[in-house]
Amino acid sequence: MEKDSIIETNRVHFYYGKFRALTDISMRFQKHRITALIGPSGCGKSTLLRLLNRMNDLIPEARVEGEVVFEDRDIYGPDVDPVEIRKKIGMVFQKPNPFPKSIFNNITFGPKLSGVAAKADLRNLVEESLRQAVLWDEVKDILDRSAMALSGGQQQRLCIARALAMKPDVLLMDEPTSALDPISTAKIEELVEELKKKYTIIIVTHNMQQAARISDMTGFFYLGRLVEYELTEKIFTNPSVKQTEDYITGRFG
Amino acid sequence: MKITRRRKEKLIKNIFFLFAIVSLLILFLIVLFLFREGIPIFKEVTLWDFLFGNEWYPTYQPPSYGIWPLIVGSLIVTFFSSLIAVPIGVMSAVYISEIAPAALKEVLKSVIELLAGLPSVVLGFFGMVVLAPWLQETFDLPTGLNIVNASLILALMAVPTISSISEDALYAVPKEFKEASYALGATKYETIVRVIVPSAFSGIMTSVILGMARAIGETMVVLMVAGGAAAIPESLFDSVRPMPASIAAEMGEAPFRSGHYHALFATGIVLFFMTLIFNLVADYVSHKFREEGSGTL
Ligand SMILES: Nc1ncnc2c1ncn2[C@@H]1O[C@H](COP(=O)(O)OP(=O)(O)OP(=O)(O)O)[C@@H](O)[C@H]1O
Ligand SMILES: [Mg+2]
Repeated sequence: MEKDSIIETNRVHFYYGKFRALTDISMRFQKHRITALIGPSGCGKSTLLRLLNRMNDLIPEARVEGEVVFEDRDIYGPDVDPVEIRKKIGMVFQKPNPFPKSIFNNITFGPKLSGVAAKADLRNLVEESLRQAVLWDEVKDILDRSAMALSGGQQQRLCIARALAMKPDVLLMDEPTSALDPISTAKIEELVEELKKKYTIIIVTHNMQQAARISDMTGFFYLGRLVEYELTEKIFTNPSVKQTEDYITGRFG
Repeated sequence: MKITRRRKEKLIKNIFFLFAIVSLLILFLIVLFLFREGIPIFKEVTLWDFLFGNEWYPTYQPPSYGIWPLIVGSLIVTFFSSLIAVPIGVMSAVYISEIAPAALKEVLKSVIELLAGLPSVVLGFFGMVVLAPWLQETFDLPTGLNIVNASLILALMAVPTISSISEDALYAVPKEFKEASYALGATKYETIVRVIVPSAFSGIMTSVILGMARAIGETMVVLMVAGGAAAIPESLFDSVRPMPASIAAEMGEAPFRSGHYHALFATGIVLFFMTLIFNLVADYVSHKFREEGSGTL
């Protein structure tokens, strides 16, 4: 595995039953970088993202070929426990999905399952995670209130905090701002840039400006194939493939 | 005359209103009737003696109208049948909605639907000719028609109610909650216990209460298998006479507008209030939890 990459996919094909959603994907995701995945709807961005922490296991009839290497082993190997993988590779979804529990219990859900039990530890973890997600000041007095009472943007930051509380190595984000207003979006973008100091982030987005603003690397997908994978700057100023250019300039997609 | 769209909508609205009013009116008339026929018993006996009197001898001279043994009979078979039916109903719902493979799921669902569709008299018959002799022989009892028998058969009736309503509540738990849980490294079992069941909790509670309401109001089964003794039971193998059984068995013989007749109607009022309370609690529970934003019915 190359030195500064943290996850690699090698010649990955992915199938939903008979339908091939991803074809021959080989990619290296670099440590402490933000990688953006872009492409028209249905091109397989979410599929690839969910492949990286074995969330696709939950879909019956889904099948993977090739290997996904994380920490020097294939996470689809026979002796790998997907639960362990998901603890190390966190995920934030398109639609904010806090549990119908208190803010506090949302954050402590994962850590409790992993054996963190001491009250003081949990409290520290809650504060730390909420601070990282820039939500602490807004909710520090209402930690025992239901998370459902928060606004959409706050809920999404809570979901990010919840994922961070597991102290993952990698954070996967699937269009985390698509349901949010510009102010919340800006907050989350700032947050993501802050987070890259400690985490590796892979983010799917339909927002070209967003990809250009925050990411270091960008992969462009089309019909289940990786068309171009380059430094963000290069992709947005001087793409090598015509399709990429057409897409980012809005000529199709 | 041309019917404008507005007028048409108003007409439709009124028709629905009419139907709503009719069902409300019918319910009101039934309750009115129940009270009119039941209240006169309190000229012969005080409310307290009626509810808590230990002796139900409506045909003696002088009669005594204490329905406490009947209330106890109802509560006791409801309690024990719930004790059996709640775990089975809830667990089977969890199994069907979250764990069972697709093929088995369909089979189990149809079995439970079939159980729900069985006429209560058939279940009662089963209790009488199969369960009762078996109980009598195995435990060396004077009769197999007793609390245990009635509770088992009532449980059999309550399981489909509990299971199918719980199942709906479990299905209604948004997929997003499950995904969030798995993505945080929860196992399937942890996801069921910590996310899915709590999110469906109000629906599950509703199912439990409606299952109990079903058991307390059930007549045919208790008439056939509870044994019919109007006395406070001392053991689980004693016979009891739950309220619906008493009403069904005696109404035919009670002379019109006699004390006995009024007493049976008053028993009906008590039963009515009990099921009403069950339903109000079910309603309260399902609303209370819904307001907190959990994914429920
Ligand atoms: N659970 C599923 N079962 C079968 N096919 C699926 C499933 N999920 C996605 N697909 C198909 O796989 C392809 C890729 O879907 P995917 O969700 O990865 O696209 P996407 O790039 O994330 O699109 P979007 O930008 O709209 O979110 C699509 O053609 C889709 O129809
Ligand atoms: Mg997607």
